[in-house]
Amino acid sequence: MRHVIRRIGIYLLAIWAAVTINFFLPRLAPGNPAEIVYDRLAQHGAVNPATLKALELEFGVNTTDPLWVQYISYLNNLIHGNLGVSTTFYPHNVTDIIGQDIKFTLVLLSVSVILSFTLGTLLGIVVAWKRGTALDTVLSSVMTFFYSILYPWLALMAVYFAFTIGWFPFSDGYDLSLTPGWNLDFLMSAAYHAFLPALTLIISTVAGWMLTMRNSMVTTLSEDYVLMAQAKGLRQRRIMFAYAARNAILPSVTGFAIALGTVVGGALLVEIVFSYPGIGYALFQAIQGQDYFLADGILLLIIVATVLMNLVVDVLYSVLDPRVRQERSA
Amino acid sequence: MKPTPLPPISASAPDKTNGVSAPPPRQSSATSKVFASIRHALRRLWSVMTANRKVMAGSVIVSIFILVAVFGPIIIRQNPFAYTKDLVQPPSSAHWLGTNQGGQDVFVQLIVGTRSSVMWALITGLMVMVISVAVGLVGGYLGGVVDDALSVITNVFLVVPAFPLAVVAVEYFNRSSITIAIVVALTNWPWGARVLRAQTLSMRSREFVTASRAVGEKTWRIIFLEILPNEIAIVAASFITTTIQVLLAVAALEFLGFGDNRAISWGTMLYDAQTGSALFQVAWWWFAPPGLCIALLGAGLALLNFGIDEVADPRLRQLKRRVRRGKAVAA
Repeated sequence: MRHVIRRIGIYLLAIWAAVTINFFLPRLAPGNPAEIVYDRLAQHGAVNPATLKALELEFGVNTTDPLWVQYISYLNNLIHGNLGVSTTFYPHNVTDIIGQDIKFTLVLLSVSVILSFTLGTLLGIVVAWKRGTALDTVLSSVMTFFYSILYPWLALMAVYFAFTIGWFPFSDGYDLSLTPGWNLDFLMSAAYHAFLPALTLIISTVAGWMLTMRNSMVTTLSEDYVLMAQAKGLRQRRIMFAYAARNAILPSVTGFAIALGTVVGGALLVEIVFSYPGIGYALFQAIQGQDYFLADGILLLIIVATVLMNLVVDVLYSVLDPRVRQERSA
Repeated sequence: MKPTPLPPISASAPDKTNGVSAPPPRQSSATSKVFASIRHALRRLWSVMTANRKVMAGSVIVSIFILVAVFGPIIIRQNPFAYTKDLVQPPSSAHWLGTNQGGQDVFVQLIVGTRSSVMWALITGLMVMVISVAVGLVGGYLGGVVDDALSVITNVFLVVPAFPLAVVAVEYFNRSSITIAIVVALTNWPWGARVLRAQTLSMRSREFVTASRAVGEKTWRIIFLEILPNEIAIVAASFITTTIQVLLAVAALEFLGFGDNRAISWGTMLYDAQTGSALFQVAWWWFAPPGLCIALLGAGLALLNFGIDEVADPRLRQLKRRVRRGKAVAA
C-alpha cells in the first residue's frame, strides 16, 4: 500500500511540475501571444491600440499582476478546464481543438502500441528459446538495426514507397470527401489512412520490445526452476510460456511504462510526416504558428496522459509481481 | 545482479611510472616505461574491442564514423553549401550521391554532416552522463533527505515524456546546436541516474568504502574517486545507450526544423529533403543516406553495448554447449 501511495505522490508531483513548466515557458519567451494575434489581425486592417489591450486582457498577458497572482489564476483556469484560446485557429478554444484531434491519436497509438508490444514480446520469447540458432542471429541483427532507426526517416521512406507504388494514402486521417461519423465508409477510410502510420510506428518500436524480452528471457532460462520444469518432463510450450516467459515479462512491463513517453514522441513525429490529424500534428502547427496556448495545452495533455498510463502500468505490475504487493521490492 | 566491472580502458599507469623510475638514466627509462604502458593500454583496449563478435562489429562501425567525422571534412575540402547547376541529379561519378534541389552535392553534405552529428551526439551524451552520474552517485551515497529529493526529481522526469517536452522547450529559445543539446540533455538524464543510484546503493556498504570513510577521506573524494571508478562499466554502458537516444533525439529535432540552418548535419539534411519535397521528386539519394547513417551508427553503438553486456553477464552469451549440457542433465 505504501508503494502505491508513493507512486501516486510522484505522479501528482510530475503533473504539478508539468503545469509549472507550462506556466513559465511562455513567460520566458520573447514576444507574447496577444501581439501575434494583433499582428495577424493588423494584416486584415481594422485594428486600434484598444484591440491590443483587449487581446492582452483576454490572454492574460502583459499584465501588471505579480507572477504569483498570474500563477494562481492560471491554475484556476486549468481546474475549470480552460486552456485558453488558440491563436492559429482563433477564436476556437484549445479544449475544443484537442477534443477533436485526440480521437485519431488515441486510436492510432493504442492499436500500434498493443500490436507492437505483443508481436515484439512473442518474437523475443521465441528467439530466446532458440538462441544461438540462425533464426536468433538473423532476427537479433535485423532488430538491432531497427532499434536505432530514426523514426521520421522510416516514415519518410514509407511515404516514398507509398508515393512511388501508389498503394496506400500518405496524408490526412481519412478521405476528405467523407464526413466524419460512425458509418462504415468513414471507418474503412480512416483505417486505410491509418495503415502506413501504424505500420511505421510498429516497425520502429517492435525491436525494443523484442530485445528487452530476449535478454530477460535468456536470463530466466538459466534459472533452476526452468531446469526443474524440464526435469519434470513438462511440455516445451508450457515451460516456455508458463515458466520462463511468465517471469521474464516483468522488465518488459517496466519498460512499457518508460517507453510510453518515447512512443508518444514517435506518434508526434508520425503525425507530422503523414499530416495525420491528431494532436501531434496540431502541436507542430501550433509551434510553427507560435500558438503558445495550443502548444502548452497539448503538451500538458500528453504529460497527464503519460502519467496516467504509468499509473495503469504500476497497477498491472503489482498484479503480475506479487513481490511488489508484499513491499519487498522497491 | 551485479555485472562485474570491465578492466579499465584508460591508461592510468604513466603517472605511477614517473615516480618509480630510477634517477640517472631517467629520461630514456621513463619514456620507455611510458611507451610500455601505452602499449599495454592499447593491448588492453584491443582485447576489450575484440572481446566478442558483437563488440568487434560495433567498434568497427563506430570507429569508421568517428574517423569520417574527424578527417572526412579535411579530406574532401568542399563547401557543402556550394550551389551548382545540376539540380536534383541522381548519383553519378561527379556527384557520388547525386545533388539536391540547390544542386548541392549530397555526398559532401553527408560527410560534413557526419562531423556535426557525431560530435553533438557525443557532447550531448557526455552532458547527460555528467548529470546522471552526479545525481545518481550523490543521491545513492548520501542517502537520507538528499537522496529522497533527488529520487523524486528523477522519477518525475522519468515519467514526463522527453520528446514532446523538448519540442516545446526548444521552440522558446534561439535555434542553435547548443540549445538542442542542452534541451535534449535536460530531458534525457533520469534513466542513467536511476541505474547508477541503484548500483551506488549496493556499493555504499562495500568494505573499501567503509575503509576510506574510516581513514577520513572527504565525501566528494569517496564518491567520485572511490565509487565512480568501480562503476565505470555501468557508466560506459549507459553512456552508449544514452548516445543512441540523443543521436536520435537531436536528429528528430533537427528534422522538425529546430536545427541551426547555417550548419549541416544528418538531421538538417532530412529537414531540407522534407521541405524541398524530395519525396515527390523521387530523389531517394537525397533523404535515404542521412537516415541510413543514423541507423548504422546507432546499430554500431547498440552492438557495442549488447557485446559489453555479454562480457559482463556471461548468462547472455550464446553458449550452445552449456544449454545442451543443461538439457542432457534434464533428460
